[in-house]
Amino acid sequence: MTRVYRWEVLKLLAQKRTYLGLGAAMIVPLIFVTVLILKTGGPNDIPLGRYIRQTGLATPFVVLFFMSIWAFPLITALVAGDIVASESHNGTLKTILTRSRNRGEIFAAKILAAFTYTAVVVFAMGTVAFVAASIEWGFNDLTSLSGTTVSAWHGLGLLAASLAIYAWPMAAIAAFGLFLSTVTRNSAAAVVGTLMWALLMQLLGVLPGTESIRPYLLGEQFQAWHGFLRTPADWTPIVRALWVCALYVGAPLAVGYLVFLRRDVAGE
Amino acid sequence: MSDPSPLEARGLVKRYGDLVAVDHVDLTVDRGDVFGYLGPNGAGKTTSLRMLLGLIRPTEGNARLFGRDPLVDGARALDGVAGFVEGPRFYPYLSGRRNLRLLGDLDGGVASSRIDEVLDIVELRDRAKDRVGGYSHGMRQRLGIAASLLRDPQLLLLDEPTTGLDPAGMRDMRGLVKRLASEGITIMLSSHVLAEVEELCNRVAIIRKGRIIYEGRLDELLESAGGGYVLRTSEPERARTLLLAHGIDGAELEQGEVRFQAEPAAVEAVSIALGQAGIGISALVPRVATLEELFLDMTEHEAVA
Repeated sequence: MTRVYRWEVLKLLAQKRTYLGLGAAMIVPLIFVTVLILKTGGPNDIPLGRYIRQTGLATPFVVLFFMSIWAFPLITALVAGDIVASESHNGTLKTILTRSRNRGEIFAAKILAAFTYTAVVVFAMGTVAFVAASIEWGFNDLTSLSGTTVSAWHGLGLLAASLAIYAWPMAAIAAFGLFLSTVTRNSAAAVVGTLMWALLMQLLGVLPGTESIRPYLLGEQFQAWHGFLRTPADWTPIVRALWVCALYVGAPLAVGYLVFLRRDVAGE
Repeated sequence: MSDPSPLEARGLVKRYGDLVAVDHVDLTVDRGDVFGYLGPNGAGKTTSLRMLLGLIRPTEGNARLFGRDPLVDGARALDGVAGFVEGPRFYPYLSGRRNLRLLGDLDGGVASSRIDEVLDIVELRDRAKDRVGGYSHGMRQRLGIAASLLRDPQLLLLDEPTTGLDPAGMRDMRGLVKRLASEGITIMLSSHVLAEVEELCNRVAIIRKGRIIYEGRLDELLESAGGGYVLRTSEPERARTLLLAHGIDGAELEQGEVRFQAEPAAVEAVSIALGQAGIGISALVPRVATLEELFLDMTEHEAVA
């Protein structure tokens, strides 16, 4: 299994689209910091926005907020939507399915590779944003969402935890992308479909009348990291994100797995 | 108990809605065979091969490779089996060597020396570091053979291995298949290059509209359609009349030649009679059917078996 996973990652590393997404995730915070250096004012109306020039720790949270709307879903969809469909399209699926590995192993390795990519992209953004902003504004104490001050090192731990919990709903988007990639066998359809689905999930959250289901919508889970930045930590949104996202991850993967297991691999 | 055949298919059916792509196909490939699987385009060859390799599910029937069913035993059923369907496909953004390394790893790991060996066999070692995206069709076909050989197969399934190759490439591929067969590898190859099948194969199956219309030894097939003679003469019409007068009823004129069926003794008698009648003979030769003639006859007309 480790070998199959390793090769899935190596295949991603050999493709341009991987670097397109990864590059975007790293360039956006650099542009964000550059613009703030060149201009006065800032995003005061979003969480931690008003503290952005007090410490480099605030910037990754602010960029996280902005990128969660469509940038991260797009970056994830680019890879997850392509990971099975491109193999169907290129005919390499039949090449690997006639070796000594069962279909389940291949599919599991693709899931892990897509999740790895998603996590790497999120942490790459966080790291670049933190380093660039800290160079400009310093590695200082962070003001939490409750208005209390936390030490810089504690703030760094909170940033790592926030990126980790943020990667979980992103994994749900990756799972949906993988599902579409398997079912449609069409890379473009899977990428666009995944992005549309992610935007729909967020749109549902702002529509009037959806208040009762809002805590269980995927879009809401992108804000779960706010729980870490309260004093004391608010575990309710974090725990909810863990199990709600598990459902959003599990359902499409289960269907995708069954389709992958039974489908005919013919000329595409 | 005897060893199971390398390949056995019984009652294989594949339907796509109302279309029956493969219709109750039975096949047996024995050890040491170079088995030709022939049929016109769309006859069901590739669909059959896909079912044999477990890439698609039969609607009915089953296939066994060395006694194991790919749908029941999964990847284990492919132990000792290698090949490609509809041409080998590789990752264009990886080098030839990296592709082989990947496939070797999927088989549980492979030594670099073994990769070098198979690259040498297909004469691709000097291009192994180049991306497959830049390979010619022939090079990809050869890389496909190399990828198959990595598995040390006892059974090799090749779907139209020479399609798209230039004459030199076809010759080299035929040479490679012969060499592998001489090393004891059982080979099943689908093709519609009939001269190639005639040169390489000892047994054949012919499929038409999803149904097997012949399966057996190639030499027996050719013999079954043999017999008959071709007479070339400056006076074909007179010669035909003479043959008919000597009781050879089926004598026909075709393209300026007289074609007929007769026992050797009758042919001897007729040749003397032709001479006595002053009809010069430029050639009187036994007519041997080619696989192409047989194939076209069988696939364009009714089934013979």
